[in-house]
Amino acid sequence: MSKKVTLPLTDEVLKDLKTGDNLLLTGVIYTARDAVHKRMVEALGQGKPLPFDIKGATIYYMGPTPTRPGRIIGSAGPTTSSRMDAYALRLITEGLKGMIGKGSRSGDVKDAMVKYKAVYLGAIGGAGALISRSIKKAEVVAYEELGAEALRRLEVEDFHVTVVNDIYGGDLYEEGKAKYQVKTP
Amino acid sequence: MKEIQAGDITNTIARLFEHSCHYLPPDVIAALKQAKEKEKSQVCRDVLDRILENVEIAGKEQIPLCQDTGAAVVMLELGQEVHITKGDLYTAVNAGVRQGHDKGYLRKSIVSQPCFARVNTQDNTPAMIHTDIVPGDRLKISVLPKGGGSENCSSLTVLTPAEGRQGVVDFVVNLVDEVGSNPCPPVIIGVGIGGTTDKAMFIAKKALLRKVGEPSPDPEVADLEREILGRVNNLGIGAMGYGGTVTALAVHAETFPCHIASMPVAVNMQCWCARREEAVL
Repeated sequence: MSKKVTLPLTDEVLKDLKTGDNLLLTGVIYTARDAVHKRMVEALGQGKPLPFDIKGATIYYMGPTPTRPGRIIGSAGPTTSSRMDAYALRLITEGLKGMIGKGSRSGDVKDAMVKYKAVYLGAIGGAGALISRSIKKAEVVAYEELGAEALRRLEVEDFHVTVVNDIYGGDLYEEGKAKYQVKTP
Repeated sequence: MKEIQAGDITNTIARLFEHSCHYLPPDVIAALKQAKEKEKSQVCRDVLDRILENVEIAGKEQIPLCQDTGAAVVMLELGQEVHITKGDLYTAVNAGVRQGHDKGYLRKSIVSQPCFARVNTQDNTPAMIHTDIVPGDRLKISVLPKGGGSENCSSLTVLTPAEGRQGVVDFVVNLVDEVGSNPCPPVIIGVGIGGTTDKAMFIAKKALLRKVGEPSPDPEVADLEREILGRVNNLGIGAMGYGGTVTALAVHAETFPCHIASMPVAVNMQCWCARREEAVL
């Protein structure tokens, strides 16, 4: 059973999202990986504006394959989120509400999600062809020279994700593992 | 002596990369289907369904399976009777990587300097090339587009001989536990035991060329693979780390003689999207 969610993720929406929920996201998200995160946090440090309004925004950790002619985007699955942990805290304090990626987050980032009310959503790693179908529009909005790593604005429709960390401190990786772990003596 | 033209090597490499990034080997698909049968968690069965749907879409619509089309690992078995003409071997290989990534709309994920400017080379070169010289007059080319997510979860240690077989099992199981959801499970675990440290990691990677689930021909090694697989699947990590009973599709271990003082153990982690292909010229 999947829950339809229209972006942006307001506090009203976030309050109903629980670890393990399957969501179909529709609306605008931004892509950013390592290099863009570095630049954004540097910009914030220098008091410069970010290329998009971070307040209420959702970031997708993703760098696509090149787009074939006539297509909207190439393969577009998530990258490992932990590499963005060093920057995520700062962006959450600036108002970032949603992060989409794969793999576990640091304790600091998890604490910040509870404190500032933000969620971490898991997309299926390696399922870039499938995910590309839910992307209806894609445009580079900044740092074009970074190629695959450039900052993109995406319009998505029914993008399937799973709530990994909710605003209540839930963690799907820990809870799921506890359920199926077989202790060996 | 047999002559092989450099251009044929280039075209073959290009074709292998382009094709392998859109189609998984049949043994990998079979292992994913089998994982779905075995998996006890509904959440992970759903993940595996989506993974299999992704495999279908990638081939049908010519969209790479995964956006990370990897570093270009190329393993060559070059027959000593082969004479390469009209160019040199490694230039031909890199030209093939360039051509395959360009024509196949594959992502260029290589940066020129690891810890300095990190400028993208724009064509996914240089390839990571390993060459074995073997008897005969053929050139066997194996390509392995290796994603960063799983590669980052690889590890190497040198155990003492006293730690023995149990030490190997514990090292691998603890690593899989520690990296959890990061390498895109269900994974294939390449294990290299013995040699010197460089050799250990090389045979761990080479183990990933084996058909998924095909046990080592050495019964002792095959038994070790089974034990590690059992323990790994008891960790409860499951597909994408959402909690389940299939964390690994297979463990492939390779061994090599080593120094009396040493026991290197290397783990080369492979995500479920285990792309690989080979051709013989």
